[in-house]
Amino acid sequence: MATLNYKQQDYICQKNETVLDTLLRENLNIAHGCRQGVCQSCIMRSVDTNPPVAAQQGLRENQKQQKHFLSCLCLLEQDMQLEQITESEFAHNLKVLSKQMLNHDTLLLRLLHDEAFTFKSGQFINLKSADNTVRSYSISNPPNKQLHIELQIRLLANGRFGSWVHNEVEIGDNIPASSALGSCFYNTERQEQGLLLVGTGSGLAPLYGILQDALQQEHKGAIHLFHGSRQAKDLYLKEQIQQLVSEHENFSYTACISGEYRNEHEEHYSQGRVHEVALSNYSYLNNWRVYLCGHPEMVKQMQTQVFLKGVDMNDIYVDAFHLSSL
Amino acid sequence: MSDSLYEKLGGEAAVNAAVNIFYRKVLQDETINHFFETTDMQKQMAKQKSFLTMAFGGPNSYTGEDMRKGHAHLVEKGLNDNHFNAVAEHLQSTLEELGVAAELVAEVMAIAESTRNDVLGK
Ligand code: HEM
Ligand code: FES
Repeated sequence: MATLNYKQQDYICQKNETVLDTLLRENLNIAHGCRQGVCQSCIMRSVDTNPPVAAQQGLRENQKQQKHFLSCLCLLEQDMQLEQITESEFAHNLKVLSKQMLNHDTLLLRLLHDEAFTFKSGQFINLKSADNTVRSYSISNPPNKQLHIELQIRLLANGRFGSWVHNEVEIGDNIPASSALGSCFYNTERQEQGLLLVGTGSGLAPLYGILQDALQQEHKGAIHLFHGSRQAKDLYLKEQIQQLVSEHENFSYTACISGEYRNEHEEHYSQGRVHEVALSNYSYLNNWRVYLCGHPEMVKQMQTQVFLKGVDMNDIYVDAFHLSSL
Repeated sequence: MSDSLYEKLGGEAAVNAAVNIFYRKVLQDETINHFFETTDMQKQMAKQKSFLTMAFGGPNSYTGEDMRKGHAHLVEKGLNDNHFNAVAEHLQSTLEELGVAAELVAEVMAIAESTRNDVLGK
């Protein structure tokens, strides 16, 4: 018999009783559906021990790595502390190291994190401003010895969080932050797979993180990045990405402009909406892994299109930015 | 259990192989794809796995009543026998593409057929 710890309370799992059954027996409100390991609505996360493999059937590799499991399938062999995945408090304080503009409206915020904060680039964190506005931002750099994380913050005309960071936050300030969340990140399974990365606007943030991670881990397959925006002045990190192109044979980059565009500076852009430009390059995408980040409509359309072109649904990772999160 | 239909088909691995093919067919079928419009494709995919698991005679706890409730909002939007037949055809051709033996296909189709009245709220 094992003990599970949930929200600082201990509960004993009876013999042959699943984690879900134990929690429901204690009248806790836990989302669930089929109780057969199919619908995945009962998913939870272990904070300490690795969940039994049998309780992870059907989950994606990234979820397994994060110790996610299906509570309706989980018979505990050892004690476990667990939490619901949607829970997010502000357990960390991140210290502001620098602020720098990447283009006319995107700010690079560099923060110092503590040892207890772990992440994969491409995951997001929730940050809380002085007036308690909460926004999610993706981490655009891989883990490093200096304990730095980088966020790309879009400054919208009446964006509360952005203007707070831009105008009021000073170097050395602390910003309350959640743990790193989400499963939109690189993993080293099947390194010969092609990677297709497509993003709009600041959807580049997670993709840039995933890209650097994949290159550092010496991904073997092709890596194709497509970044789109309305106007040329909205694109950013072009030089840094071009630099990576020149260093890595398997990596290519296409910048797309969907609005009007005259070729003034002899720079090369593709004309059109980014997902349409990207799709026109492939007649089929069997065996590719796809990451889609940014505008929800683009993400949704592209998700359907790449699925129809042969990508396995489990190989599609998405991060849709709803307007309040831009 | 060792010779249940679900096991003969190949269990969870068979469902995983079938769901991508099946769901692609459904999404490309203009006569029914509007029923599957959703913001979260991954969740919809998990539901289609539930559907296939059930049709394959696998472990599930759905009752006829659940099927009735689960599709009632679709019946309100006009779900009828034609739509049901279309889904059944996609199920059948998915199995055939995967090389499933004819007598097993017939068993799956019989399970699907047995849910018709509940799914259509008749
Ligand atoms: C052939 C017999 C059918 C069976 C056995 C069946 C079974 C199921 C099952 C088990 C679920 C998952 C329920 C859940 O856990 O929420 C489901 C969901 C669904 N089914 Fe069916 N189904 C059948 C026919 C159809 C047809 C003909 C359509 C429409 C053309 C349809 C459309 C849907 C949709 C859209 C959902 C998701 C509902 C939601 O998002 O709430 N099904 N079905
Ligand atoms: S309740 Fe459906 S997977 Fe656990």
